[in-house]
Amino acid sequence: MSAFIEVKNVWQEYADQVVLERLNLRINEGEFCTLVGASGCGKSTFLRLLLGQERPSKGEILLAGKPLAAEPDSSRGVVFQRYSVFPHLSVLDNVAIGLELPRSKLLGRLFGAAKREARASAEVILHKVGLGHALDKYPSQLSGGMQQRLAIAQALIMQPRVLLLDEPFGALDPGIRKDMHVLLLELWKETRLTVFMVTHDLSEGFSLGTRLLVFDKTRIDPHAPNAFGARITYDIPLNSDRRAARAAVESLPAHISGNLQPAQ
Amino acid sequence: MRLINRHPDRSGRLLLILLPFALLLFVYFAGSAARLADNPNDKLLPSATQMAAAVDRLAFTEDKRSGKYLFWQDSAASLKRLGMGIGIAAVVGLCLGIAAGILPLFSAPLSPLLTVLSMVPPLAILPILFITFGLGELSKVMLIVIGITPVLARDLEQRAREIPQEILIKAQTLGASTWTLILRVVLPQLLPRLLIALRLVLGSAWLFLIAAEAIASTDGLGYRIFLVRRYMAMDVILPYVVWITLLAWLMDLGLRQTTRLLFPWYEGAKA
Repeated sequence: MSAFIEVKNVWQEYADQVVLERLNLRINEGEFCTLVGASGCGKSTFLRLLLGQERPSKGEILLAGKPLAAEPDSSRGVVFQRYSVFPHLSVLDNVAIGLELPRSKLLGRLFGAAKREARASAEVILHKVGLGHALDKYPSQLSGGMQQRLAIAQALIMQPRVLLLDEPFGALDPGIRKDMHVLLLELWKETRLTVFMVTHDLSEGFSLGTRLLVFDKTRIDPHAPNAFGARITYDIPLNSDRRAARAAVESLPAHISGNLQPAQ
Repeated sequence: MRLINRHPDRSGRLLLILLPFALLLFVYFAGSAARLADNPNDKLLPSATQMAAAVDRLAFTEDKRSGKYLFWQDSAASLKRLGMGIGIAAVVGLCLGIAAGILPLFSAPLSPLLTVLSMVPPLAILPILFITFGLGELSKVMLIVIGITPVLARDLEQRAREIPQEILIKAQTLGASTWTLILRVVLPQLLPRLLIALRLVLGSAWLFLIAAEAIASTDGLGYRIFLVRRYMAMDVILPYVVWITLLAWLMDLGLRQTTRLLFPWYEGAKA
């Protein structure tokens, strides 16, 4: 079986600066990859490549056997550290817009029963992430943690196959961060999402992921610091219990696993 | 206590707001009274009664020749030109601003062009407008449009660029096309900025209106002011100026309130 995401000999260079070199990676569907490394070592660049915001200078990335679309689309959800939500829409509409945009090509907006339906589905997800009490608020009225919950709900309503998180909890207090970890793991267990999460926090990387990818430069020329890029220096399988649980559920026939509640 | 730390209280604040206006009126009417005492036929600083009589004659008495109330006719004509000019400029400016600010392919040809066009002094091309569009309404409206559109477009282009890249990426991951992205994400975020930009160009819009009316028109507030200038009719000019100022101030207030009413999210989102 070929891997869900395949990274084949990917290089990323800007002008005379090599950021990533010779990345080769195979990721199975449903893995939770955490990306760690020093600042400026290309973790976020790698995430942008996966998102389609940038194209690799060399090599290719395959998603389910096909080359990755060269621009962001609804197959890949994303949550940034900041500015992930639309300031001009209420919490409810911030999520409902994800159902409106693909279904209304002309106005990007639904009316009547279709709109009520979209809002109802949005409400379900918002209750799940703990924002059921704030449906009519604007993002600026929410705390940082609640804004990130909203951003996650927004990404999940699209039912993407891949969720990309760029330091999503970097600006949050430690206590709130813990809550967000619990929420994220719950959502990950319920869906078959493949998650990539960039983080500066090593312990976060270890406790959340099923696979930890460490980015680092292996070659450094002190006279030309930009001449060599980063590679993945460590690729560590983690939390084997969760990994095994997921693999077990996935190996069951669909008519059984569809009814299963995820194991805690 | 240092001056920088001293704040007026509520009533003190109101007093401080009214003080300069009261002072201005006092200086004017003192000067007016002094000059009229010297020479009752003095025209330069008319008294309140003289101005009230002029307003009564223009606003509440039918004009013998046309059978119309000139003051209201002037106001309606001017406001119509101003409204059309500002309306067209707002729509064109918004479209250009979004195109130049969001779409890189349009930005390349548009941005430098807009920068150059905004440097053309609109009054310098007023004769060209009169030649091409004739002396009718069109050339007056066009002067306002040409005068303020580049400013609006450049401001909105800048504001559109300030929308974080993350927001645009996020919208794409939610299934937006370029068109729906503009319609549902960029446009709603720029509309409050448009209203603010309009408040800032309101002064120029009035300037261009008065200038166009002064040169070629048969009615309008600017036309009247420049017409009665020949008779040194300060008793008409001053109330007209006050009226124009009041109208401009009301428009500004209206735009501000509209922003607050229609875009309640905007104040909070700036922080």
